[in-house]
Amino acid sequence: MRVLELKINGDRVEVAAPDHWTLLEVLRYRLGLTGSKQGCDKGDCGACTVLVDGKPELSCLKLAALSEGAEITTIEGLLPLHLQAGGTGPDPVQDAFDRCGALQCGFCQPGMMLSARALLNECHSPSQAEIKKALSGNLCRCTGYTQIIEAVELAIAERVGAKNS
Amino acid sequence: MLRLPKFEVEKPTTVDETVALLSEKTGDVMIIAGGTDLMPNMKHELFTPKKLVSLAGVSALFGIREEAGALVIGAMTPLDQVANHPLVAERAPALAQAAGLVAGPQLRRMGTLGGNVMLDTRCQWYNQTYFWRKSLGFCLKKDGSACHVIEGGSKCVAAASNDTAPALMSLDAKLTFANADGQRELLLDDLWKSDGIFNKKVPPSDLLTEIRLPQREVKHLGAYGKLRDRGSIDFPLFGVAVRIDIDANDVVVDAEAVSVALQARPTRIRKFGESLVGTTLGSPEFEKGVQAAASLGHKQCRPMPNVPGDHEYRHAMVPVYLKRTILAAAAGAGPVHAV
Ligand SMILES: Cc1cc2nc3c(=O)[nH]c(=O)nc-3n(C[C@H](O)[C@H](O)[C@H](O)COP(=O)(O)OP(=O)(O)OC[C@H]3O[C@@H](n4cnc5c(N)ncnc54)[C@H](O)[C@@H]3O)c2cc1C
Ligand code: SF4
Ligand code: FES
Ligand code: FES
Repeated sequence: MRVLELKINGDRVEVAAPDHWTLLEVLRYRLGLTGSKQGCDKGDCGACTVLVDGKPELSCLKLAALSEGAEITTIEGLLPLHLQAGGTGPDPVQDAFDRCGALQCGFCQPGMMLSARALLNECHSPSQAEIKKALSGNLCRCTGYTQIIEAVELAIAERVGAKNS
Repeated sequence: MLRLPKFEVEKPTTVDETVALLSEKTGDVMIIAGGTDLMPNMKHELFTPKKLVSLAGVSALFGIREEAGALVIGAMTPLDQVANHPLVAERAPALAQAAGLVAGPQLRRMGTLGGNVMLDTRCQWYNQTYFWRKSLGFCLKKDGSACHVIEGGSKCVAAASNDTAPALMSLDAKLTFANADGQRELLLDDLWKSDGIFNKKVPPSDLLTEIRLPQREVKHLGAYGKLRDRGSIDFPLFGVAVRIDIDANDVVVDAEAVSVALQARPTRIRKFGESLVGTTLGSPEFEKGVQAAASLGHKQCRPMPNVPGDHEYRHAMVPVYLKRTILAAAAGAGPVHAV
């Protein structure tokens, strides 16, 4: 057991966990942040995706003991971070997923939205090919992906529109 | 839910500290780089070390630089950096392409080039949970005594499945290892042995510090081709890296191809250059040479039912991917992959 100092969704968190616990286990079972999903638990599905210093990583393969020092963003952090940055309502990615009906069971959504958020932070108006590549590590067993890609395109279109108007 | 077996983590910050920790308790200690291969393997109880030595804090192992004409890549450099670095794209296109086709975006950010070189071999009867393997009576590579790929076989033929290994071999990469006795350099070709249980001649307690691509005297073209079912999840079902050396008139002066995901070690295709050397890129003779080289590959590359996918289909795809990869290299294009 060691006491870890983690930076999660802008907060400094002290949490005790054994060395063999993954970041996903600490998020879900110590901190109650169950938005990050435990799907395959071995790197295949992307349901456990979190942002580490702004980039998507898999929390099921990342040891909590090796996650100190980095800024970790989970799905629970998207809305508060958006508000902190002066926005209103949910993160535009969340809003677009909602309006496009980009979900069925919803299990893949947290990971999808975080991968999409990271893409939008990196690139102002990514192409459809870039969207597909950025989301290629997130599997969805329900939607067939069409609405998911439409949702990301909507978030991009509104951002581009907002800038132009 | 897949739990990890119990272990402790050490976080050294220098190479000296790391090798000291690794020499402490042989067998019970393992290196963790990005953990993207080790973590699933430990969740499957394929490895149960008592201690993991993390390289994440050893700053000397990160980065890409030029040194006396050679391109030097630190073992801890993440794959997405290798894939997107302008120096790698210019000097080693096959490597940039191969690194960019490993797994998906999240895993390329976490996984390192050193971890990819040192990757464990893979087999559909081995990369499974303990429960799954137990119900099958285990196998030679771990916990059992029989092989399910070669009936009655006494040798494990689990496949080397690291995408960057053939690209690095095609460029005559050298590796630097450190242990308590000091440092040594090794040609990547000399790292391998044909044993799927552990396919490396260097013990797991030795630390790979950097990968060096020597300066090439002649201009070269390169590409990587990868057969797999789904992008971003699947390991190669067949992978091939091609290097074509050309003179100022686009005449081929040498050519190499290295395959992966067939047997325990990445393998050079023998006499691959013979039909290509002396031909001019794009000429009818070159096209004929490409056909001949693809047929040669078809004869030499013999997939086994070690990794998923029908092995006869994989065999039929060998000349297809080989040909496409040679043509991609010649055109300065690539990578070749269907997904
Ligand atoms: C879903 C999924 C898909 C994948 N697809 C692919 C794929 O398509 N192609 C592919 O090649 N790989 C694939 N991988 C495997 C893996 O992500 C990559 O090979 C990655 O490069 C491994 O690097 P790592 O830093 O994570 O290694 P780790 O997991 O940290 O280490 C791997 C092994 O190398 C040893 N090691 C690591 N660094 C060193 C060092 N510096 N010196 C000595 N030994 C060392 C470790 O002890 C361990 O045995 C996939 C993995 C997953 C989970
Ligand atoms: S080839 Fe596969 S089944 Fe045979 S011993 Fe090796 S890992 Fe086990
Ligand atoms: S739960 Fe982490 S990738 Fe599936
Ligand atoms: S909505 Fe069910 S997995 Fe994507």
